Amino acid sequence: MIKNSKYGLIIGFLIFTLFPVFWMFKISLTPDRLLYSEGIVAWPSQVTFDHYYAVIVEGSFPDYFLNSFIVSFSTAALTTIIAIAAGYALSRFQFKGRSLVIITLLITQMFPIVMIIAPIYNVLTFINLVDSLAGLILVYTAFNLPFACFLMQSFFDGSPQELEEAAMIDGCTRLQALEKITLPLCLPGIGATLGFVFTAAWSELLFALMFINRQSQMTFPAGIMNFVTKFSVDWGQMAAAMILALIPVCIFFAYIQKFIVQGLTAGALKG
Amino acid sequence: MKNISINNPWFYLAPTIVFIVLLVIVPLVTGISYAFYDFDLLSGTQTFVGLEQFHKIMSEDSLFISSLYNTLFWTSTSLFFQFSLGFALALLLKDGFKGISLIQPLLFIPWAVPSFLIGLMWVWMFNPVTGPIPYALEAIGIMDQPENILSDPEHAMWGPIVANIWFGIPFFTIMLLAALRSIPDEIYEAAKMDGVSAFNIFRYITVPLIAPTILITLLIRAIWIANFAEIIIVMTGGGPANSTQIIATYIYDTAYQKMDFGYASVISIALLFMLMLYGFALGRLRQKMPVYV
Repeated sequence: MIKNSKYGLIIGFLIFTLFPVFWMFKISLTPDRLLYSEGIVAWPSQVTFDHYYAVIVEGSFPDYFLNSFIVSFSTAALTTIIAIAAGYALSRFQFKGRSLVIITLLITQMFPIVMIIAPIYNVLTFINLVDSLAGLILVYTAFNLPFACFLMQSFFDGSPQELEEAAMIDGCTRLQALEKITLPLCLPGIGATLGFVFTAAWSELLFALMFINRQSQMTFPAGIMNFVTKFSVDWGQMAAAMILALIPVCIFFAYIQKFIVQGLTAGALKG
Repeated sequence: MKNISINNPWFYLAPTIVFIVLLVIVPLVTGISYAFYDFDLLSGTQTFVGLEQFHKIMSEDSLFISSLYNTLFWTSTSLFFQFSLGFALALLLKDGFKGISLIQPLLFIPWAVPSFLIGLMWVWMFNPVTGPIPYALEAIGIMDQPENILSDPEHAMWGPIVANIWFGIPFFTIMLLAALRSIPDEIYEAAKMDGVSAFNIFRYITVPLIAPTILITLLIRAIWIANFAEIIIVMTGGGPANSTQIIATYIYDTAYQKMDFGYASVISIALLFMLMLYGFALGRLRQKMPVYV
C-alpha cells in the first residue's frame, strides 16, 4: 500500500515535470502550417523532422553545443574546486572576519544583475577577455561561487569533524585528512554542487548575450535567440533546439547522480 | 611563511575573494553609484544629484508600492510550493528504488532549461489556441470557458508562478536529497532499534540534521526568486495593468525601456535593503538553533 502510493506520487511528479517538455517536443515535430490549426491536439496529424534537420545540419548548433559544454564543464569544475576550499575554511575555522566574508557573499546575490552588466563588461575589457569563452567562464565562476561556497560549507558542517581530528592526531596533515576522510564523506555535496553549477552555466542567457558577439563563441541559449527576430519567431526550430539541448544535461545528471546516490555507503564510515 | 600556512583560513578563501572582489564587488559598487546620478537620455550625460532620486521612491512612486506587494506574493508563493514539493520529492527518492537512475535525471530537467525558454513554453501551455491548460481548467470547473489566465489581471500572476514552481522544484530536490543521503544509516538503525516512530525519526533526527541545508537553500532561493524577472518579462511583461509587475521587472523596465539607470539603481538599493533584512532574520534563526553535529 505505502509502496504503491509512493510510486503513484513519483509518477505524478514525472507527469508534471515532463508534460511541458512533451508539448515542446510535439511542437518541434509539427509542420509550420499546422502549428496553430492543430495547436491543441496531443499529436499532429503529420510529423516532420525538418526542424531538427535545420538545427543540426543547416545551423551552427553543433558549435553552440560544443561551446556550451566547454563553458559549463569548466565553470562547474573551477567553481566546485574553489568552493570546496572556501566552504572548508568557513566550516572548520573560527576566525576574525568570518561573518564579514559570509555577509559579503550573501549580499552579492541580492543586487539585480541587469544593473551590473555594464561595469562587468568594463572589467572584462580591462583584462582583455571580452568576447571569449574564457571571460564567460570567469564571470560564471564568480557569480556561482557564493552559493557553491555556502553549499559546501553546509555539507562540511554536516560531516563529522571527529574523524578528521582523529586522523590529524594520528599524524595526517590537515590536507591529508581533508582528502582521505572529509571529501569522501562529502561526495553527495560535491556532486550536487557540480550539477548545480553545470546547469546554471548551461542555461545562462544574459551574460552570454552581452559579452559574446562572435558567432563562433556563442553558447546555445544565445544561439537560440537567433530564432527570435524582430518580426517573427521560428517556433519549430526553437523547440527542436531546446529538446536537443536537454539531452547533454540528462547525460551529465545521469553521471553525477552516482556521487549523490553513493555518498556514505562508499565513504569512510564503512571502510 | 606563516601567512600561507595550511592552518590559516585565508589560504583557503583567497581564490574566492579574488574572484568575488574583481568580478562582483567592483561592478556592484559601480552599479550602486548610479543611484546618485541623473542619466539624461537625450544628451547622454550624467549629473550628480545626490539623494534627490531617493525622495521620489519614498513619496511619489505608487508603482513601487504595488510592485512590492506583487514581489511578496510572487516570492512567498513560489518559494512555498518549490520547497514543499521539492522536499517531498527528495524524501520519495531518498531510499532509492528500481529504475531510479533512469527517472532521476528526467526529474531534474526543468532546472536546466534557460529561463526565457521556460517562459515561452508556459506561454504556449496557457494559450487556448496552442495549449491544453485552459481546457483542463474548464473541465475541472475552475474556468467557465477556456481563457488565457495571463490576460486576466486578477489571476495573471499564477501563470508565472506555476512556471516558476515547475522550474524550481528540482533545485530543492537535488540539494535536500544530497543532504538526506549524507546522514549515516547507523543513526536511523539505532533509532529504529530503540523503537522510535517514523514520524519522530523525521522530526527529531532527519530535519535537525539537514537543517543547515534547509536554511541556506531557503535563504538563497528567496533572494533569487525576488530578483528573478526573466519568466515574468517573457510571459506577461509585467501586465496586464501592472498586475504582474514585481520590483525586479520594474527595475528592468526602468533601466532598459526608460533608460533611467539612476532611478533603476535606487529601486535596486531598496530591494537590496529589504533582502538584507530577510537575510538578517534568517541568520538570527540559524544562531538560535542548537548544533547537532
